[in-house]
Amino acid sequence: MSSDTTTRPVTAAPPAGRRKYRVLSGGDRLWLKFAVGVPAALHIGLVWIPSILTAILSFASWDNLRPISTVEAVGFRNYWQILTIFDINLFPALFNNLVLIVWLFVCSAGGMFFAYLLDKNIRGSRIYQSVFYLPVVLSSAVVGFIWKSVMFSKDQGLLNKVIPGASVDYLGDSSKMFEFQLPFMDFSLGLSKNFFAILVAMAWRHIGYIMILYLAGLKAVDPSLREAASIDGCTEWQAFRQVVFPALKPINVVVAVITIIEALRAFDIIATLGTQRGTEVIGTLVVSSLTGEGGGRTGIGSAYGMLLFLLCIGFIIYYLINNFKNTDAT
Amino acid sequence: MRAPTIDPRRMPGYHRGRRVALQVGLTAIAVSWLVPVVSAFYASFRSYRGDSLKNGVFSLPERLSFDNYVDAWNRGNIGRAFGNTLFILVPALILTLFFASLVAFACTRFSWRFNVFFLVLFTAGNLMPQQVAFQPLFQIYKRIPWPDILSDTNTGYLLGTKISVVLIHVAFQTGFCAFVLSNYMKTIPKEITEAALVDGASVSRQYFQIILPLTRPALAALGTLLFTWLYNDFFWGSVLLTQADQRPVTSSILVLNGQYTTDYNLIAAASVMIALPTIAVFIALQKHFVGGLTLGSNKG
Repeated sequence: MSSDTTTRPVTAAPPAGRRKYRVLSGGDRLWLKFAVGVPAALHIGLVWIPSILTAILSFASWDNLRPISTVEAVGFRNYWQILTIFDINLFPALFNNLVLIVWLFVCSAGGMFFAYLLDKNIRGSRIYQSVFYLPVVLSSAVVGFIWKSVMFSKDQGLLNKVIPGASVDYLGDSSKMFEFQLPFMDFSLGLSKNFFAILVAMAWRHIGYIMILYLAGLKAVDPSLREAASIDGCTEWQAFRQVVFPALKPINVVVAVITIIEALRAFDIIATLGTQRGTEVIGTLVVSSLTGEGGGRTGIGSAYGMLLFLLCIGFIIYYLINNFKNTDAT
Repeated sequence: MRAPTIDPRRMPGYHRGRRVALQVGLTAIAVSWLVPVVSAFYASFRSYRGDSLKNGVFSLPERLSFDNYVDAWNRGNIGRAFGNTLFILVPALILTLFFASLVAFACTRFSWRFNVFFLVLFTAGNLMPQQVAFQPLFQIYKRIPWPDILSDTNTGYLLGTKISVVLIHVAFQTGFCAFVLSNYMKTIPKEITEAALVDGASVSRQYFQIILPLTRPALAALGTLLFTWLYNDFFWGSVLLTQADQRPVTSSILVLNGQYTTDYNLIAAASVMIALPTIAVFIALQKHFVGGLTLGSNKG
C-alpha cells in the first residue's frame, strides 16, 4: 500500500500542473508550505507518531507511572500474554466485537430498508426522516444514559414493562443468552444479556446514520432505471435486487467499511453502559489496561491497541484504495 | 439536483393498499423510535422515588417539576461543564475548518509531489481507532510543560488542560474535513484560479477571496457536523481530562454514573440537558447536518 500511494502522486500530477507550481513566487510557495505543513505536523505528531509509539510499546514492558528509562524490551511477550494469561479477557472481547460486526451489518441492512421505503415519495417522508435521524445527533454517551435511565432498569425499565416474564436487570445481568465452548479454551463464549442490551441501544443510533447515507445514494439513482424495470415487468424485489442495489455500489462500500470500523472501535456507549463483566470489547480493553484500577500495564494495553489496529487496517486500506482510485480518475 | 421525479404509480410494485400499509407501518416504527427520548423527557420532570417508582412509569404524574434538573445541574456541575465544552468546541471547530480548507486548497489547486499522499495520510489517520493513539499521546502531553497561567489547572503540563483536547480534536478531525473539502474543491473549475493567477493574485488571495467563499456551502455542512461530533465527544474528554472539573459536558455525565445514583429520573434530566444543544442545532440546521454526513460518502 505504501509504495502504491507514494508512487501515485508522481504519475497523477499532470505536467501542466507541475509547471504551475513552479511559476509561483517564493512567497507563495512558502505560504503553501505552511498551509500544508502546520496541519500535517499537528496531524502526524498527535495521531501517527503516537500510533507508531503504541506499536513499539507493544513489544515492551513498562509501568506508565515510572520514567521512560524503565521501558524494557520484551519481544512478543505481551502478545503471548494476551493470548494465554489474559485469554479470558481477550476472546470474549473479540467475540463481542464479532457479534457487533454481524449485528451492525443487520442494522445497516435495516437502515437501507428504511431509506428505500422513505425514498418512495410517501407523504410525511420528512417527518419520518427527522425521527430516524434524531438519535444520530445524540452523543453515544447520552444514548447510553437515556437507555439506562428509562429503558433498561430493573424496576422501571420500559423493556421490562413491555416484555413479559420475570424482570431482568439488563445492564447488570452478565448471564449468557447462548454459549458454546471451543475445544482449546477452558471457558465458554457467548452473548451475555447486558451486551445484548447495549446492542439494542446501538442499533437505535446506527440505523438512522446508515439511513442518511442510503437516502442520499438512492436520490442519485436515476428513477428512469426503475421505471424501465417496471415496464419490463420486474417485481419490486427483482427491481431492487437487480437494478437499484447494484447502482448503490459506491455507497455499499462506504457503509460496509464504516460499519466494520465502527464495530471494531466501539467504545463510548459500552463505557457508559457496560460496567459489568460480559460487555468487554477490544476498544474498552485497551483503555482499561492503561487507566483506572487495572491500569499501568502499558505493554499489554499497547498489544491490545495493536490488535485493534491490525483488525482495522485492512478495511481502512480497502476504503482508501476504493476512494482515491475513483477520485484520481475524475 | 434531483433527477426529474416520476409518478410513483409507475414504479415497480406500486399498489394502493400496500401504500396505506406502508404508512401505518412507518408511523408505528417512528413512534417506537421516539419512545426512549419521549419517556426520558417525561421521566425527567417526575420524582423517581416519590412518583415513578410508586405509581409506575406509565402512570400520570403526581407533580411535574424541574427538581431533577436543578439537582443534576448542581451535582454534575453541569454549568461549568457547559463552559468547558464551549472553551473546547469553538477553537477546535474554527481551527479544524481553517486547517482542513488550507490542506484541501493546497492539495487540489496545485499539483506537487506529495499532494495525494498527504490526503491519503489525513484520511487514514481519521479512520484510525482513537484507542491506538491514546496511550503515547497521554505520555507526550504529560511531558510537555505548559504554564498554569494559560490554563486553569495546576500541574504545569499540557496533560489535563482543555487545550490538549482542542489539539487532538483538530489533529483528528482535520483528516476527515480535508478529505471532504478536497472532493468539494475539485468541482470548482481550475480556470477560476488560473485567471486569478494570470491577473497576479497571490496564492493567499486566491484562497481567501476566491476558493473560501466558493466553498461556503461545504463549510457550513461540515461545521454543523463537526459541532455535533465535537460536542458529543466522550472518549478524549474522559481519558485526557483526569480532573473532573475540566471535563466537557458529555464526559461530565460520568460523574452521575456513580454507584450512589440510582435515581434514574435524575439521569434522564441530565441526559435531556446535555442532548438539548445538539437537538436544537439539528432542528435548526438539519439540511446542513445531513449534507455534511453525505458529503463524506458521496464523492465530488
